[in-house]
Amino acid sequence: MHGFANPARFLRLARWLTPLLLVPGLILALGALAWGFFVVPPDRLMGDTVRILFIHVPSAWLGMAGWSTIAISSIVELVWRHPLSGIAARAAAVPGAVFTAICLATGSIWARPTWGTWWVWDGRLTSFLVLLFLYFGYIALAGAAQRDAAAGGGASRVTAIFGLVGAINIPIINRSVVWWNSLHQPPSITMGKSAIDGTFLWPLLIGAVGFSLVFGGVVLMRMRTLLADIQAEARLRRKAMA
Amino acid sequence: MHEGLNQWQYVYAALAIGVVGTLLLVGWSLAAMLRAEKRRDKVKGR
Repeated sequence: MHGFANPARFLRLARWLTPLLLVPGLILALGALAWGFFVVPPDRLMGDTVRILFIHVPSAWLGMAGWSTIAISSIVELVWRHPLSGIAARAAAVPGAVFTAICLATGSIWARPTWGTWWVWDGRLTSFLVLLFLYFGYIALAGAAQRDAAAGGGASRVTAIFGLVGAINIPIINRSVVWWNSLHQPPSITMGKSAIDGTFLWPLLIGAVGFSLVFGGVVLMRMRTLLADIQAEARLRRKAMA
Repeated sequence: MHEGLNQWQYVYAALAIGVVGTLLLVGWSLAAMLRAEKRRDKVKGR
């Protein structure tokens, strides 16, 4: 892992890995969406609205995966002081927030025809909304810490601690439909088991893989952006001091 | 399920939000990366 602590080595890897994740990811994600939206039959109970599953579930998965990336990177940053871990955490925040927002919006659209309401304050929906606010807080805090570091205040560990503390919400989201009565259905896919028929499961899984690859590609692009900004600022500071 | 409801309106709205949101995220990230790397190379005098 520490082999990639060197930004130059990481950048060499990221340059060829970025299109390798993005292109197949977009093809798989858009192909699975087309399959799910226009090929699979309507569900017996939910009718055609079941097709929202193919965008709602991958975005929910990536909303939680984004914060899990932040939490794991924060541990690595706090314990091993890996120089790229803080950058990886910051890079995962915006895509995580975007997919969380997509999940909330598509879930609300799905709720209207199936539950008869756009929103209910139950455990699953509320904890997911809290996740979106945590992302907003993290992005604001990371931006402030970066400005502080640029002004000579030193790197802040507050962002990493916030990322770690916020991870408490992930198991709450996951178990919310089991712990509390909810309009939201219980988990359909658990370890090794699925209550979803294969007709719906395959495009869902392919879509989840595709969106995950896109997410990885976006995180790499954002890491490259943050690294390039840091390198440019460092060079400008050296020039100013010379 | 409400009878007489046009379900496809909801399906298209969700699809549009998902696809447009994802493509905007990819496009914005790509543009920001190219801009930042170009600026770094310019500062380095390449």
